[in-house]
Amino acid sequence: MIINHPLLGPRDSAEFVYLGDASLIERPDPAAETALVDFVDYAYMRENPAGSLRELWFHEAGDRSWLVVTRNTMTHEISDVQMACDVARKIGRSK
Amino acid sequence: MTQVNRLKGGQIDRTQTLNFTFDGKSYQGHGGDTLASALLANNVRLMGRSFKYHRPRGPLTAGSEEPNALVELRSGARQEPNTRATTAELFEGLSANSQNRWPSLKFDAMAINDRFSNFLTAGFYYKTFMWPAAFWEKVYEPIIRKAAGLGSLSMQADPDEYDKGFRHCDLLIIGAGPSGIMAALTAGRSGAQVILADEDFAFGGRLNSETFAINDEAADIWVQASIVELSALSNVRLMTRTTVIGAFDHGIYGAVERVSDHLIQPKSGKPRQILWRIYAAKTILAAGATERPIAFENNDRPGIMLASAIRSYANRWAATPAQRIAIFTNNDDGHRTATDLHAAGVKIAAVIDTRADAPRSLDYEVLQGAQVTDTKGRLGLSFAEVELADGSMRTIECNAMGISGGWNPNVHLTCHQRGRPTWDDGLAAFVPGEILPPGMSVTGAALGHLSTHGALENGVKAAKTALGLKGRTAKLPSAEDAPVTQTPFWYVEGCSRAWLDQQNDVTVKDVKLSHQEGFRSVEHLKRYTTLGMATDQGKTSNLGGLAIMAELAGKSIPEVGTTIFRPPYTPTAIGVMAGRIRGMDFHPTRLTPSHYWAKERGAVFVEVGNWLRAQWFPIEGETHWRQSVDREVAATRASVGVCDCTTLGKIDVQGTDAAAFLNKVYCNGFAKLAVGKVRYGLMLREDGIAMDDGTAARLDEDHFVVTTTTANAGKVYQHMEFVRQCLYPDLDVQLISTTESWAQYAVAGPNSRALLQKIIDADYDITNEGFPFMACANITVCGGLRARLFRISFSGELAFEVAVPARYGDALMRKLMVEGEEFNVTPYGTEALGVMRIEKGHAAGNELNGTTTALNLGMGRMVSKIKDSIGSKLSEREGLNEAEALKMIGIKPIDGNDKVTAGGHLMNKDGPVNATHDQGYVTSAAFSPSLNSMIGLGFLKNGDERLGEKMRLVSPVTDLNVDVEIVSAHFIDPEGGRQRA
Amino acid sequence: MQYSGFKVIKEALTGHKGWKPAWRDPEPQSNYDIVIIGGGGHGLATAHYLAKIYGEKKIAVLEKGWIGGGNVGRNTTIVRSNYLLDGNEPFYEMSLKLWEGLEQDLNYNAMISQRGIMNLIHSDAQRDAFVRRGNAMMLNGADAEYLDLDQIKKEYPFLNFDDARFPIKGGLAQRRGGTVRHDAVAWGYARSADSHGVDIIQNCEVTGFRIENGKCLGVETSRGYIGASKVGCAVAGSSGRLMAKANMRLPIESHILQAFVSEGLKPVLPGVITFGAGHFYVSQSDKGGLVFGGDLDGYNSYAQRGNLPVVEDVCEGGMAIMPMIGRARLLRMWGGIMDMSMDGSPIIDRTHIDGLYFNGGWCYGGFKATPASGMVFAHLLAKDEPHETATAYRFDRFKTGHMIDEKGMGNQPNLH
Repeated sequence: MIINHPLLGPRDSAEFVYLGDASLIERPDPAAETALVDFVDYAYMRENPAGSLRELWFHEAGDRSWLVVTRNTMTHEISDVQMACDVARKIGRSK
Repeated sequence: MTQVNRLKGGQIDRTQTLNFTFDGKSYQGHGGDTLASALLANNVRLMGRSFKYHRPRGPLTAGSEEPNALVELRSGARQEPNTRATTAELFEGLSANSQNRWPSLKFDAMAINDRFSNFLTAGFYYKTFMWPAAFWEKVYEPIIRKAAGLGSLSMQADPDEYDKGFRHCDLLIIGAGPSGIMAALTAGRSGAQVILADEDFAFGGRLNSETFAINDEAADIWVQASIVELSALSNVRLMTRTTVIGAFDHGIYGAVERVSDHLIQPKSGKPRQILWRIYAAKTILAAGATERPIAFENNDRPGIMLASAIRSYANRWAATPAQRIAIFTNNDDGHRTATDLHAAGVKIAAVIDTRADAPRSLDYEVLQGAQVTDTKGRLGLSFAEVELADGSMRTIECNAMGISGGWNPNVHLTCHQRGRPTWDDGLAAFVPGEILPPGMSVTGAALGHLSTHGALENGVKAAKTALGLKGRTAKLPSAEDAPVTQTPFWYVEGCSRAWLDQQNDVTVKDVKLSHQEGFRSVEHLKRYTTLGMATDQGKTSNLGGLAIMAELAGKSIPEVGTTIFRPPYTPTAIGVMAGRIRGMDFHPTRLTPSHYWAKERGAVFVEVGNWLRAQWFPIEGETHWRQSVDREVAATRASVGVCDCTTLGKIDVQGTDAAAFLNKVYCNGFAKLAVGKVRYGLMLREDGIAMDDGTAARLDEDHFVVTTTTANAGKVYQHMEFVRQCLYPDLDVQLISTTESWAQYAVAGPNSRALLQKIIDADYDITNEGFPFMACANITVCGGLRARLFRISFSGELAFEVAVPARYGDALMRKLMVEGEEFNVTPYGTEALGVMRIEKGHAAGNELNGTTTALNLGMGRMVSKIKDSIGSKLSEREGLNEAEALKMIGIKPIDGNDKVTAGGHLMNKDGPVNATHDQGYVTSAAFSPSLNSMIGLGFLKNGDERLGEKMRLVSPVTDLNVDVEIVSAHFIDPEGGRQRA
Repeated sequence: MQYSGFKVIKEALTGHKGWKPAWRDPEPQSNYDIVIIGGGGHGLATAHYLAKIYGEKKIAVLEKGWIGGGNVGRNTTIVRSNYLLDGNEPFYEMSLKLWEGLEQDLNYNAMISQRGIMNLIHSDAQRDAFVRRGNAMMLNGADAEYLDLDQIKKEYPFLNFDDARFPIKGGLAQRRGGTVRHDAVAWGYARSADSHGVDIIQNCEVTGFRIENGKCLGVETSRGYIGASKVGCAVAGSSGRLMAKANMRLPIESHILQAFVSEGLKPVLPGVITFGAGHFYVSQSDKGGLVFGGDLDGYNSYAQRGNLPVVEDVCEGGMAIMPMIGRARLLRMWGGIMDMSMDGSPIIDRTHIDGLYFNGGWCYGGFKATPASGMVFAHLLAKDEPHETATAYRFDRFKTGHMIDEKGMGNQPNLH
């Protein structure tokens, strides 16, 4: 597959390591009352869609950036690629 | 050796006479011949035996879709089973043998299966061979396995080299027939980067086999002129002998180029084949079409082939399969064979056309509305029985028969991404469907445009559309444009032993039985009868089987559907898929900075991941590894030893938030670690399981050096970048892997400080006061060379780790050896390293096995409760904190001579020995010279409360059953006085 | 209709007119006691055991396509019980014992061939791990044997001992492991279940669940509504899609696993071999093709096809240990949807919805588990409590911290 890296242009996906659903960016608040249940859900439960999925790829053989790729799991078509740190900031993750 | 079946003309090079052997007999052919064409020219029709019934077979086709003429090509280590004689290019000295027969091709003992065919129908083996129960494995299966398979491997390592390459283009054109060539000319002239690939060794596609004219000249002239023009264009790459095997995601195509298969062996330094990964912005599939046969009784005799194949042999290879040929056709195209062969001087016994209104000829007899109902001639066709339109019978003498049942567009690659083809009633064939791999379009016969003019016109259009070219096109060359009509006629009524899949011996009768027993879906039909599962993947048989099943099921062919088309388009050598990644090149070999020095020193090396590390350093007189390892341990503990620990992961962590960041990834605290101090750190996975351990050294306010285990270096780095980029993107911290940048050596033992004081520049105070246990600093050595020093101990002795830029590693090691002579400095390897850390009770990879927690490791209290870190929350789950949780302990045999085996299980001393009573297991074991006994580390239920207990250690798979005592994991110096000295 | 050698001969002599369809093609009834969704190996096995062992009467298997079209229709055919953890090994050993008696049980030749499986060992750490596993196997009553290098050289002389990047150091063998003819398993179970009255309904896709007040009443299908007292889901890689219709998320990701077969060859490989320093395992089918495979592609997928890098990776592994296969040809490659769970082990459990039961998350272990999966799922459906070998396969084990993680990879499915 070809992943269009926002900074480096199209790269073969073989340069990357796959992690999983981009929901992993949304790490729960460990201080919340429901923290344990939240973390179980975060770590183990998945949408696993047959369709559009936002997922995390690590550019291990390249610039070592994490990317959020939007890809269709039925056709493998990639419709969007963003820097994961940008996605994280957009949803309010900071320090 | 006369080639009695040679004709005039053709594309063979008669100036080259090539000698070859088949089944030990010598023959001659010419340049440009295939093995099949040369054998036919020598009047050899019999080339193989079928899989199940061992029926005599000749080539059905003239191409890669061949099901029958499979030979073992070459001998010795280069022997290649199941090679199609129809595509094997002839070379001087070629030797081939037929397969799947004993003792010979002519007299095959296994042909007895043919007599029992009634019993050996599709799926018969599911219904029997079950009694007596033991007989399946002992009797039936061995017989079946011996009879199975076709060709043989030589069992020797493949001696040839294979390569891999990458190509990029704006337009990949698959197939260099008229349509592909026209597309290439159009695209090439526009300046686009073009790759034109064809599986054949010559360009031209179907034109090479026909007597068509282009621009009123022999088509060959136009083909050659086109190739000359394309060759001159620097933006066009021409690839022959190249099969595009698969259409993968995002315009990536796999292609196999057979660089040397047409030579007796590859030239020195050249690969046999190359796997190309082609990145194509757009692709045009111009793969042509394949003819299909008609099923009739005994339609598989040597000499019976596709009508278009007979034309190929005659027109391209100047060879005829026989001097007297009949044609059986349901369409106009079959007549072309009669015309061409008649013009070449071959007798046409008759053209048997199923259509009542078949065109007649002045040159030979045409039987309208007739069908072939049987044939004779076991080792080669001799007669055909024909039923005429009026019902009367005729016997036609003929030694070859061309069958034409219509043409199937080669849609395969259009369906490699789960697309399905569409049924075209006019062609009575499947054509490309609606959903193609993105970027792909189809042209020519592959699209269903079966005339030459159609192919040429289509090729231009396809190229223009694919590249978005505007403007006028050059005038199209003139070519035939005969209309193609096709009335479906799949099989002759009443036939039973009529072959569909010739290789797997699947007949019309089998399809009927499959339907009778309820295996009616196309996938069940395929799996039950094995139709289409042979090496040709049903290219000439699938549709016939489908048509019959459709009729039985009362459905239309598209309703029954097709099976999935998958890569590779034609079978591909496993060697080329591996390329150069084999033998010692299977993985890269990473050498440590001290590697060459260690080699000189006679070290024995061990693979640790991709690294080679010194395992031990035998000296003169040592014959067993234990002698070396025991000595290294004793010498280190007594004086000083040096070990290369470069391979452990090193990650530089820099930034004003470096400490805060490390506080998040380690479960223990790092926020307040003082500058100049090192701390042991345990990293958990988010699920609370221990992931890796190591140290973090604070060289400066905003600068840490983190170490990891060798095995997890990459994984930890990836994880840390995830935390940094995805979870805390605004922390001011940067990471870089520096594992290979620094050579790092452990210097351990009571004299380690004394040794280091000889190389560390005087400015630096490394006394116990100046540089206490767990200190770190930037220093210089050997008169100004920058270095780093860490006072950490894996061995339990007074110890340091010194790091210099990697390019100085070799020199530093040699310097340490020279300066350490007075202390009897001893290099030690990974074995001694392991012994010492086990003696000290340090957990390592064996203990951090991905299922153990900080609690199991005896580090439960390290998981901070006052700050959040990765894994801390889920580590609180009840299942990870049970009362009877495993705890790390030491194991010592009661009898000092007994073994302790890693992987052994701990059982209660007087209890049952089985899984239900399992108490724990041993993770690490070694002989301890310090204790003069084997010792081990492991996990035991509630282990920390069971010190002193006597238990059994069992390892049934290595025959071990000994009495042991549970002890503290810290076998030596549990107070840690030595490392603090 | 009983199958036997006599029957084959009799039919051959009388024109094969007596062979009947192996299973009926009934219209779905309006309701059943138990409906099993998924006509693969596991679903069909469950139906067989429910009918034959647990005496259940009104059972239907609903299959959206044609039976045996998933993993059981295209896997690498290996059976073994060489698992490490106590949550797994007794289950897989029970499965192997069921395999051993299967042909007699089903009166169908599934060609169970216990010609042995050998896991090659290339490092000391690997040896230690395999010794632990071998012990776990033997302590659970299964068979295991540690082979040293000389023994391996004798049994498998064609392996690469000369210029191996990661030399073979030894191996762990399970002699009772081997291969089974996968299609026959589906057809054998189907035929048996059908003969015991189970309705096998193909081309029947479940489009929804009818759930009221926390109870499942039945399923909406492409062939109409079917009521059921109990519904058991056994759809492997499609679990996510199916359970989403009950608003359930799962600790499962669907991944692509590719497998390969070579052209037919005269016998070269006596048993099953797994390479320990690369992703490659291989056996030879009774028709002569080498059947081999390796690792997942690594990314979530329902596409049932993979990409080139894995093909190369697998062939590289093959050439590394048996370079004689360079001249053999890859004939066909295919891909399937693997239900990868969060700890690499399956889930066979009730759901929070009354009357709705789940069986999935099989990772690489699905085919070899077919008989045991059928047995324990039948037990669960019939008795509403887990079979003794399947007590650990609960949904809530992730919440409570009782993961069954053979590889020790944690909550990342593509690493299992």
